[in-house]
Parts: sequence; structure tokens; C-alpha cells
Amino acid sequence: MKRRTFLATAALALGIAGAGAALAEEKVKAGYIYVGPVGDFGWSYQHDQGRQAVEAEYGDKVETTFVESVPEGADAERVMTQMALGGADIIFATSFGYMDAVQKVAKKFPNVKFEHATGYKRADNVATYSARFYEGRAVIGTIAGRMTKTNKIGYIASFPIPEVIRGINSAYIHAKKVNPDVEFKIVWVYTWFDPAKEADAATALIEQGVDVIMQHTDSPAAMTIAEKKGIMAFGQASDMSKFGPNAQLTAIIDNWGPYYIERVGAVMDGTWESKDTWNGFREGMVKLAPYSSRIPPEVQAEADALKQAIIDGKYHPFTGPLNKQDGTPWLKEGEVADDGTLAGMNFYVEGIEGEIPQ
Amino acid sequence: MDYSAIDPVLLLATLMISATPILLAAIGELVVEKAGVLNLGVEGMMITGAICGFAIAVESGNPFLGLIAAALAGAALSLIFAFLTQVLLSNQVATGLALTLFGLGLSSLIGKPYAGVKPPASPHLDIPLLSDIPVLGPIFFRHDLMVYVSLTLVAAVWFFLKYTRAGLILRAVGENHDAAHALGYKVVRIRFLAIMFGGACAGLGGAYLSLIRVPQWTEGMTAGAGWIALALVVFASWRPWRVLLGAYLFGGITVLQLNLQAAGLAIPVEYLSMSPYIVTILVLVYISARKGRGNLDAPASLGRTFHAAH
Repeated sequence: MKRRTFLATAALALGIAGAGAALAEEKVKAGYIYVGPVGDFGWSYQHDQGRQAVEAEYGDKVETTFVESVPEGADAERVMTQMALGGADIIFATSFGYMDAVQKVAKKFPNVKFEHATGYKRADNVATYSARFYEGRAVIGTIAGRMTKTNKIGYIASFPIPEVIRGINSAYIHAKKVNPDVEFKIVWVYTWFDPAKEADAATALIEQGVDVIMQHTDSPAAMTIAEKKGIMAFGQASDMSKFGPNAQLTAIIDNWGPYYIERVGAVMDGTWESKDTWNGFREGMVKLAPYSSRIPPEVQAEADALKQAIIDGKYHPFTGPLNKQDGTPWLKEGEVADDGTLAGMNFYVEGIEGEIPQ
Repeated sequence: MDYSAIDPVLLLATLMISATPILLAAIGELVVEKAGVLNLGVEGMMITGAICGFAIAVESGNPFLGLIAAALAGAALSLIFAFLTQVLLSNQVATGLALTLFGLGLSSLIGKPYAGVKPPASPHLDIPLLSDIPVLGPIFFRHDLMVYVSLTLVAAVWFFLKYTRAGLILRAVGENHDAAHALGYKVVRIRFLAIMFGGACAGLGGAYLSLIRVPQWTEGMTAGAGWIALALVVFASWRPWRVLLGAYLFGGITVLQLNLQAAGLAIPVEYLSMSPYIVTILVLVYISARKGRGNLDAPASLGRTFHAAH
């Protein structure tokens, strides 16, 4: 399907390029590449919701195309090159692993704007953007700490990159804060999207006695297993409650629409420039799904208060005193982590067991 | 290191579940290849089976109907391959790849209304008395039906190929289709049947994923299981019991490494993840290095186009 979608996209883009030249006013063309299928009901699905929001906002003035299930690596380079050749004005590369491919293609097409999600390498025509998912993780960590009966929380992690490690740390810090006995069991599955493997990981965690599962992978497979085994879980990237009507406590929702509308708009009026965007609860880039009725009202209130404090800027999820896993001091009492450290986070905080795979 | 956190009984039981989809697909492909046909469309047939089985199970409320539908869907898709390669004599490698791409696209098309739908539960088949035996009970006698079906299939395929006349004919077709044709065997018809059997098994394997192991429908959910099944056949050097061994090894290492991690043991995840593939390569090197045993024990007519001159 990948290849067919790709050919169709390329053909479409070329066709439009030809037709567009004849028109006095050209449409702005935005291309999107996704790491999974748009039907993953997680990460890629949410990016595609953002793309659709752009179409809804600008209607005839914009033309969007997407290619789904593009592996990180050489394929991504090929797909983006095709998009650029096809006349795309702006290309959104929506996975961390596209980073080097974006840099290479961006050098070849200085007039095309590139937007790379969750990355940190920028150039004159490459902007980066991400959401402060760790703010959401702080809230679900708090809920998890309150809700667990076995004091064991399972975490299905994808790849050992700062984004994922930051999420683990944030969730752990806040679970520990409300429940000192809490213990995290972390499984690295080395994939963003493999429902069977994600399901196996969830099963393995449940066999180890966890009763709350968090995930940083893209499919709702773990949610399905949690529902089947009667334990609790948090949705990832998208509201997964239909996969786990009883299991889902809440979900961290990635809301890309407003950002995509803003950036495509900037291309239209010529104000686009390379910058780094990192938005959270306050800007609405991170949202939470409605709480499950399983969460007691006082815990819901506690979670809401935490969320509000983050929105108001009164609280930062990484506030000292915090030590690194090996016990070396990281943040002093009241000190707040800077974005640079967070963006490159490659260590666990004190208390988490296990090692980050290198 | 403390391994006591992992319950070996539970581990072995999950291992069998995890290995069943690739085992089903691989045993089907083994028969296809024994008949001299290389069908690279396993992934496409698996995922088509996964969605067709899922859809029928949801619509009818009966998981067994779903599994039957999955087998039929896999077989139906494989018929396209059979027609193209056996009647129109197209290239098997290219046609197989096309079948995979076609199956992936078709399945997401059919699957659109089924994302987020919950399938009916498949009943566990606890065999009375036997399932109560300590240790052995939970490992061997408390599975869903399909685990037993897959094991039975392996035994049946082994018996069929080794001890029956029909199996001998199928192997003859795979080893030398011209000679088999000269003896009066219907090469094309036999290959059609073998390809359909392979398709049905792949479809079942896919449905096992969407109905029992995960259970949900997501686009692209086989995520390469079909390719692993293809590799398994070579790994097993076209022998049914080795397919079983290979599938359980693959499944076992996958499950084991996840469990080791969940138990908090410091292990190099990357090496464990790649180990099944490394073992496959090593086995291939070993087999091909042996003198005088021909080309990897592969059926001699594998992948070659058959065209009866008369």
C-alpha cells in the first residue's frame, strides 16, 4: 500500500504542479509523512487529524497530501524528495527518526519549508515542533500512583530517545510523589507500531503484576489487552476509550491542528521562519481525554489542580529536588529544569530501576 | 541475576500463543514451496485473513465463523496468485510481492468500518482433567482451539508429505515438474491446491492475530509477520517439525526478552531482539556450507515457471 499511496501522491503532486502553473494564484501545497498508518488510532492518526484541520481551515487555498507507513531512514528521504519535486511548499515530517533525512532533503530544496516533529536539528528552512507530553505524563502519573493497588505500574516504551525517557521520568516522579511505594516496570519494544508486539509486552507486564499500563507506542493494542485482563491503562496520543471502555482512565491527546493551521498560514503570507515550538497544556497542544468514572472525585480534582498549576505556570513537572538515577544531584530544591536538558534527556531520575538501553 | 520473577509456566504458555500466527502461515507456505511455488504474498494473505476473519466474527458474533472466513479469504487471495503464476505464467517473485501490496491495501479498505470494534471473545479450550496437571496443564492444555489446530496441522503436513502417496506426488511436482508432468500428474492443478492451502493457512494465522492474540483490528497489524513466516520455511529447510521448532524459537525469544525486561533484569535488549534473525542467517550459512546436499535442501523446481509443451 505504501508504494501505491506513494505513486498516487507523486502523480497527484506532479499533476497539480502542472495545473497550478497555469493559474494566477497558486495553492499552497503541504505534504505530510507518517511513520504508521493513518488508521493506527494513535500517533499518525492524530497528525492526520491535524492535516484535515488545515484543509478545513483553508479550503481551496491549500492542497494537502500524505504518505503513510514510511519507515525511518532512506525511504523517508525518497518520499520527501518526491514531495519536494512535486511542488510541495511545506513538508511535515512527523517522526523523530526522520531527522537526518529531513536535513539532507532540506539542503537540496532550500525553497521548501520543512517541519520536523519531536526533533532538535534545525536549519534555515527546517523548523522543529513538539508537544510537552511530559506535562500530560505528570497528570497521568499522579492518577496512576493513586489508582494502583499492586503498586506496580507498567510502561511500554518504544525507543530510548529523550522524548520517551522524559515521559517515563515525568510519570514516575508524579506517581512516586503521591504513592512512595510505587514501582515502574519498563519494557522497550523497539518499534512505534507493531500491535502484536505491543500486546505481548502488555501481557508480559501483567504477568509481572502491574495493574496500570502506560504506553509510548502508537497502537491501541495494549489498551485492548488491559481491557481483556481487567486492569487499567492510559491512552496514548489519541482517545482510545473505544478500545478499552473500562480500562482507559484518561488519555494524553496530541492536538496538532492549531499548529499546522498556523504554520501553513505563515507559508501563505510569507512570514514562515525556522523556529522551535514546544507547546503544552497552555496552548492546547496537549490535551487529556475525559476522566473515567473509575477515578474517584478527589483524585480527579487533584489531577485537575496539577494541570491548572502547569497551565498557570505555577508548577513545572521537573522541579527540584531531583537526583539522577545514580544518585548524583540534578536539580536543587525549587530549581526548574531548562528546556535544553529536557530536550536531550538521556538519564532516569532516582528511584527508577533498570538501565536505559544504549 | 534473579530469574525467579519470571514464571516459566506462564512464559511457555504465552510463547505458544505468540508463535501460533507465524507457525500457521509458515506451515502453509512450506506446502506451497514443496510443490515448487514461491509465494511471497504471505504477508498480504495474512492481513487479508486478519480483517476478513475479524469482520465476519463481528458481524456474526461467532469467532469460529470468523476463522473459517479468514481461511477462505486467504485462499481466495492466493487464487489470484495461482491464476497469474500457473495459468498466465507470470514471474512468481514479482507476483508474490504484488500480492502483499494488494493485500495490505485491500485490508485497510475493508477494515475502515472495523477500527475500534471489539470482536467476540474466543472461548478457551481447557481440556478437562489434563488441564489440571501441575505445570504441564497450564502449558499444554489451557489454550484456545487454534493453538491445537496449528500443532495438528504441523503433524498432518508432516504425515502427508512423508507417508502418503499424494504427498509424494506433491513433492515430485516440486522437485521436477517436467518429470512429474511426463508421468501424467497434473502439475498445475496440484500447485493450485497447494497454493490455496498456503493461502488458507496464512489467512488463519492473520485471523489468530486480530481475533485472539491482540484482539483488535488495526491497519498493517501483521507488521511483517508474513516475512518472518517465509524466513522460517528456509530456516526449517522445508521440514515441518523444524518449522514448529523455528516458530517457537522466534516466539519464545520475543516473549522471553519482553518478560526479562518486565521483570527488571538488565539484559541487552537489542541483541535479544535481533537474535532470531541472526540464528536464521547462521542456519542458512551452515546448511549451504554442507557438501553434496544440493541447494539448501530446497525443492529443485522452486520458483521455476512450468509450461507444459503438450
